[in-house]
Amino acid sequence: MTPGPAQVAVRGLTKAFGGAASPAVSNVSLDLPAGSLTALLGPSGSGKSTLLSLIAGLLAPDAGDVLFTGRSVGSLPPERRPVAMVFQRPLLFPHLSVGDNVGFGLRMRGVPSQQRRQRAREMLGLVELDGYAERSIDQLSGGQGQRVALARALVTEPSVLLLDEPFSQLDSGLRAQMRQLLAALRQRFAVTTLFVTHDQAEAVEVADTIALLLDGRLEQHDEPRAFYERPRSVAVARFFGAANIIAGTVCGSVFVSPLGPLAVAGRGAADGPGHLVIRPESLRLLHAGEASGPNTVTGTLTRSEYRGTHLVLIVTVGPVSLELSAPTCHSAVVGQPVCVQLPPEACTVL
Amino acid sequence: MNRLRHPVGVAILLLGVLTPFVPLVLWSFAGRWRYPGLVPQQGTLRGVRLLADPTSQVLQGLATSATIGAAVTVLSVAVGVPAGRALGLYEFRGRSLVRLLLVAPALVPGLAVLLGTQVFFLRYGLADTRAGVVLVQLVPAIPYVTLIMSGAYANFDVDYERQAALLGARPWQVQLHVTLPALRPALTVAAYFAFLISWSEYALTLLIGGGTVKTLPLLLFAYAGGPDPTEAAAVALTVIVPPLLLMALVVRGLSGRGGTLGLARS
Repeated sequence: MTPGPAQVAVRGLTKAFGGAASPAVSNVSLDLPAGSLTALLGPSGSGKSTLLSLIAGLLAPDAGDVLFTGRSVGSLPPERRPVAMVFQRPLLFPHLSVGDNVGFGLRMRGVPSQQRRQRAREMLGLVELDGYAERSIDQLSGGQGQRVALARALVTEPSVLLLDEPFSQLDSGLRAQMRQLLAALRQRFAVTTLFVTHDQAEAVEVADTIALLLDGRLEQHDEPRAFYERPRSVAVARFFGAANIIAGTVCGSVFVSPLGPLAVAGRGAADGPGHLVIRPESLRLLHAGEASGPNTVTGTLTRSEYRGTHLVLIVTVGPVSLELSAPTCHSAVVGQPVCVQLPPEACTVL
Repeated sequence: MNRLRHPVGVAILLLGVLTPFVPLVLWSFAGRWRYPGLVPQQGTLRGVRLLADPTSQVLQGLATSATIGAAVTVLSVAVGVPAGRALGLYEFRGRSLVRLLLVAPALVPGLAVLLGTQVFFLRYGLADTRAGVVLVQLVPAIPYVTLIMSGAYANFDVDYERQAALLGARPWQVQLHVTLPALRPALTVAAYFAFLISWSEYALTLLIGGGTVKTLPLLLFAYAGGPDPTEAAAVALTVIVPPLLLMALVVRGLSGRGGTLGLARS
């Protein structure tokens, strides 16, 4: 195995399955710096797992190539690629003990059994399962099983680690623990990691960068913050929970919509029809008597929902409903007129 | 299986299985056994001597049966396992037709097509040879192995093979270290069935072997029609005991580690 993390370059990968109307993965190009952790995000059926299988070599692409540190691995079968993969389920081999499961990859490479056991024990220690080597795998809980699977994948020190929704079958508390464990393991093992998930919160938490796949196409590959502040398209904004998407016309730095003319900052979209995107947490509810700034609209508070950490308020302005989040101590009364400000710097026009 | 460990249950089971063999065992050591005696009046070792006597051909028959049985087992597993994998794991055109053709030999009585088969064996010089007998016994043995293995593969999760490959296992290593251990119970049963089919085959062996290839069932029929029930009983025991010993080995193998359905799909 090539030592050290690989820089991964995906070049125009396309894969269509027989009978499907559109390709599962369509002309995806992606660069992953060596040692980075990238979340491959998308709703189910967006082609994330297919893309992962193409990189792993489990599927042959219709077009395109995969390069590890500049060298094409397109013609290599999965077992010859310096990758390790963890699936949704632990897939531990039931006829082997926990320790022998962890040592499996080393055994396949002909590492002597004494050394194998030693390394397996060390790996189990790193995933906080000291003393589990002799146990049988049906003595493990779901979270423990997935930790063993992680140890088994990392024991051979792969250059690329592929994780296919590895924590999706665990409950949320366990999932948080696993994410911390993954972060700790990254300190120890420099490995380029691609992490498939459909959970945007999880992607934002674990990843250095996020690659968002929608309908088999790479919509945006950026740092997590950009998906909130600079979404590339309405679809991206919608996937990341930007609830306020208002159709209108853009003309210079003014956006005309049923809300009236609004000043918008930031990159100038071409004049013509477009969408104004603003996140619920960027909208400001003005207190009575507060001096109104630019982009202030008046509407009626039609709904208020308690969400534990915040309130979700729906304000109706003419034909438009705006969703905004407010602190739970907010005392607006449903049915009353309220003033809402859309800060120009938070308005994105797409 | 654990529930059967109850001593009374085990006793009843053993009684039911073993009782029919009691007269057989008694007969094979009976020198004189006349009505109304409940047990033989006189014992003899005539039966045992017969087995050891080279002119009786019993030991030779045992060797012939064992050789042919082993060959049929190995060959039917070699063909039936890949066929079972194809039927159990993959979707392809004509799969149900292939399945039907495979079950056909198990459904159609062998005797019905045997005479036609024999013509071919005569034409290709396979009649009266051990190779010919092995070949004709494969006809009923392969479907059994294939069907058992297709069922096992249908329950096998190929993700385990993918996982093994992604841990660096070459295709042969995947088969040896992952697939085979997972399918071991089914494979053991399938091989045992193939052996049993061969071991107890009479009609096919008689016609294709032409009396030259003398397996144990052929000898048993000869002795059963003979004048001495003691000799017949001794030969019958020789036919029965080896599969029972094998069965004990199979059961021990199945109850060991990995004896569950292993890598079953969840």
